[in-house]
Amino acid sequence: MIDIAAIQMIWLRDLIRFTRDRAQILGAIARPVLWLLIMGFGLGSSFGRVGETSYLEFIFPGIIALNLIFASFLSAISIIWDREFGFLKEILVAPIPRFSIAVGKAASGSTVSLLHGLVVMLFIPLIHVQLTLGQILLALPLMYLMAFVSTSLGILIACRMTSFEGFGTIANFVIMPLFLLSGAVFPLDNAPVWLKIISRLNPFTYGVDLLRGVFSGVMHYSVALDLSVLFFCAAGFLGLAVMAFEKMD
Amino acid sequence: MPIIEVEHLIKRYSGTVSGSAGFTAVDDLSFSVEPGELFGFLGPNGAGKTTTISVLCTLLAPTGGSAQVAGFDCVRESRQVREQIGIIFQDPSLDERLTAWENLRFHAMIYHIPPRERRTRIESVLEMVDLADRRNSIVKKFSGGMKRRLEIARGLLHRPKVLFLDEPTIGLDPQTRRKMWEFVHSLRSNHQITLFLTTHYMEEAEACDRVLIIDHGKLVALGAPQELKARYSSPEATLEDIFIQLTGHEIREEPAGSRDVTRTLRRWSRNLR
Repeated sequence: MIDIAAIQMIWLRDLIRFTRDRAQILGAIARPVLWLLIMGFGLGSSFGRVGETSYLEFIFPGIIALNLIFASFLSAISIIWDREFGFLKEILVAPIPRFSIAVGKAASGSTVSLLHGLVVMLFIPLIHVQLTLGQILLALPLMYLMAFVSTSLGILIACRMTSFEGFGTIANFVIMPLFLLSGAVFPLDNAPVWLKIISRLNPFTYGVDLLRGVFSGVMHYSVALDLSVLFFCAAGFLGLAVMAFEKMD
Repeated sequence: MPIIEVEHLIKRYSGTVSGSAGFTAVDDLSFSVEPGELFGFLGPNGAGKTTTISVLCTLLAPTGGSAQVAGFDCVRESRQVREQIGIIFQDPSLDERLTAWENLRFHAMIYHIPPRERRTRIESVLEMVDLADRRNSIVKKFSGGMKRRLEIARGLLHRPKVLFLDEPTIGLDPQTRRKMWEFVHSLRSNHQITLFLTTHYMEEAEACDRVLIIDHGKLVALGAPQELKARYSSPEATLEDIFIQLTGHEIREEPAGSRDVTRTLRRWSRNLR
């Protein structure tokens, strides 16, 4: 079932393509700039503090989550490009199981989005947050786990999409709600009950919670709950993505 | 022993939920191809060529009958079949953002060519198609002919026993077409390889050892071009005359998007597992 060479190939290919895609790298830098500067400094100036932390420090893990989610959806949706430009058939007629293709895609998408997430770390000096190397190293596997959840979800959606034009819809109806309702940019403590319920159903809520725990020590849920939700979603979405991939039109 | 053996192959597509009628793309087709043959597979649009190739390439499961390639069953032993075949698709299927070398290297990986052999094999196929000096160029910058040559190099990299060429010269200028054919013929004389070709260019079909004409999913004629001419017309006739004579004058419509292997695959891949 697991074909290491196939997974390696898909992973390597996506990484090479990432390094050659200036627009993607630019996006990885522009997104945190916009959100950190405009939201962080703009909204932060009238928002003041969130509990013990400054607003910038509060949204910092949220912006990492934004880059992770955005990049992994973009990466998953490149499946549609591959179909359109023919490369997908080269992979589909090769003597490799489809299961490995889907796993390879999830692994490569997660790696590329981890790089996008790391770009946000470059802004650390700007936001007056003190982070130790240990904190950053601890955040990396958590970021990868979050990226894996959202890449798998992205593959699941991409397999059912027929054109790239649908990406705008996905961005508006999937990425932005997942991001905004994860507690990434505002605390949900005083939100109406229905919003709280939605945010509790959102897997990224638990990812953002973990990252915030690592960076500022402030958490809403227990580490065990956060991790179990993320692992459960990673496995579940990957399983569904594999099934969708095998059925893909 | 034949390298391709098709017996009573049937592929029927069921009607859709919206009420369109089902149709039979391949209807009780039987033929075999001998090792080393250049086999021409001809037919008007929508005759069942792409469906047949999709079955032989293990991309589509037949409704009935059987197909074997290199001694392996296309349904039960699809993985072994895939290892034995190379495919030049009708539409380009290269990753244009990668270099020629990278395209070949990735192909080598997914066809499990041992890492030690990869470099020399890639070098040799690049030499063969005259692209050795462009190995590090991004494929996007290649001309149509160069891309085709690179696809051929890639299709041969894992040394397939059978190479499927689905309208390989479509959209190429006469110079490139001629060059490609010289190359294909040299390939045949230097390697033990079977070539399974679909084309709409009858002068290309003339060069085949045998041609099969398929229409409405059924075999219409099978034999060497000279034999067919003798059988159905006069020796002065061209293959095109015979083709028109056997398949009629009307222009064929085919369902949108069914032309190419992958598009077929996309629609019907759910039948596969």
